[in-house]
Amino acid sequence: MSIKKITLPLTDDVIKELKAGDSVLISGSVITGRDAAHKRLYELLQKGEPLPVDIQGEVIYYVGPAPAKPGHAVGPAGPTSSYRMDKYTPALLDRGLKGMIGKGARNDEVVASMIKNGAVYFAAIGGAAALISRSIKKSEILAYEDLGTEAIYRFYVEDFPAVVAIDSRGESVLVTKPKKS
Amino acid sequence: MEIRRIQASEITSAVKELFMDMNYNIGSDILSALNTAKDNETSDTGRNVLAQIIENHSIASSEQVPICQDTGMAVLFIEYGDHVVIENGSFEEAVQEGVRRAYIDGYLRKSVVTDPVFDRINTKDNTPAVIYTDIVKGDKIRILAGCKGFGSENMSSVKMLTPSAGIEGVKKFIMDTVNYAGPNPCPPIVVGVGIGGTFEKAAMLAKKATLRPIDTHNPDERYHALENELLEEINNTGFGPAGLGGKTTALGVNIETFPTHIAGMPVAVNICCHAARHKETEI
Repeated sequence: MSIKKITLPLTDDVIKELKAGDSVLISGSVITGRDAAHKRLYELLQKGEPLPVDIQGEVIYYVGPAPAKPGHAVGPAGPTSSYRMDKYTPALLDRGLKGMIGKGARNDEVVASMIKNGAVYFAAIGGAAALISRSIKKSEILAYEDLGTEAIYRFYVEDFPAVVAIDSRGESVLVTKPKKS
Repeated sequence: MEIRRIQASEITSAVKELFMDMNYNIGSDILSALNTAKDNETSDTGRNVLAQIIENHSIASSEQVPICQDTGMAVLFIEYGDHVVIENGSFEEAVQEGVRRAYIDGYLRKSVVTDPVFDRINTKDNTPAVIYTDIVKGDKIRILAGCKGFGSENMSSVKMLTPSAGIEGVKKFIMDTVNYAGPNPCPPIVVGVGIGGTFEKAAMLAKKATLRPIDTHNPDERYHALENELLEEINNTGFGPAGLGGKTTALGVNIETFPTHIAGMPVAVNICCHAARHKETEI
């Protein structure tokens, strides 16, 4: 199985080349955010207020890491279910977010917004948190420290393993319906 | 039988050890099922995902770090012997303190919030745990504990079927729940099914079923056959490891039952991710 190495930030050319089903190793920096942070970002966008983090061109990783043991850059940090962010995602994509890393399915509104905005959705392996955390070399807090594990962090990643789950044309490799038997 | 005195601190230590152990070291039943699944998986992506899940278990165990960042909400089924007296503390507080110490000292994620709707403020020590206690005869305390991640918990469901639905109705509800969950609950999943009792009893049985090793089966041959049939049917859905396709969608189906009312046939399906973490101990 061939694996594509990609370096962030994502350019429009790289996004166009990524096809659903591609295995990738991601290097560069991503921001993190899950339920509570998404709710806050969304509410700020609704009110037309500035965001605490510039999301233009960024990739967001849906994760709430476990605490880091001494000597570790970050604790185990696998993806959380993406569908819970669906309500907020189109607004973030409209603001310039270019990629998302999570696990599981997305709804039709998110896929339509990805096509419109030229964005990509990567799936990481849920429950492979100790393995994934080895590719996260550094972590720093960016915003919403009061949210603890749900705060927005910047992660510096090297060869972070993922699969292009839904590409910028809306093609998907996620199996969302059972096979007809 | 003599009255047996157990120090509250002994309960706390045992509970702490259970939760740290289960979060770092997956059970041999799950590991063995993952290895078999990897050998039999026909999808390249599926095999690759299973290999990474297996490697993840090896890293978690050797580094003594959590298998998954979602170290769950703590659930305990306790059989409390009626000849046991707790000294120097209360039983409930001793259990909660054990959970608290495991999550703080063990670098486990604190995922519990206070009020579910309005406040949602993190309690910062993963308490309260959900505790079910049965008083039984004897002078021992048996603790069966699990840490339940919510990616899969959110995909679970209860339905009040009525007797005319029969076995076909039970199967349909279980398959509908699994198919609705699809790629979301971190497949390959473990499916816990509770049938009978009342509304909440069925759900508790389903939870308890997820804590039963998957290399065991229901002692009633009819339910054992149903476990096997459902496992095969779920693995024919094609969701596959991580929902990326393949023939490994579930590692096990465990069914638990209880007598029920003449008018009812409650069925609960508690879905658990492939990191099905549970341990038990006796004090």
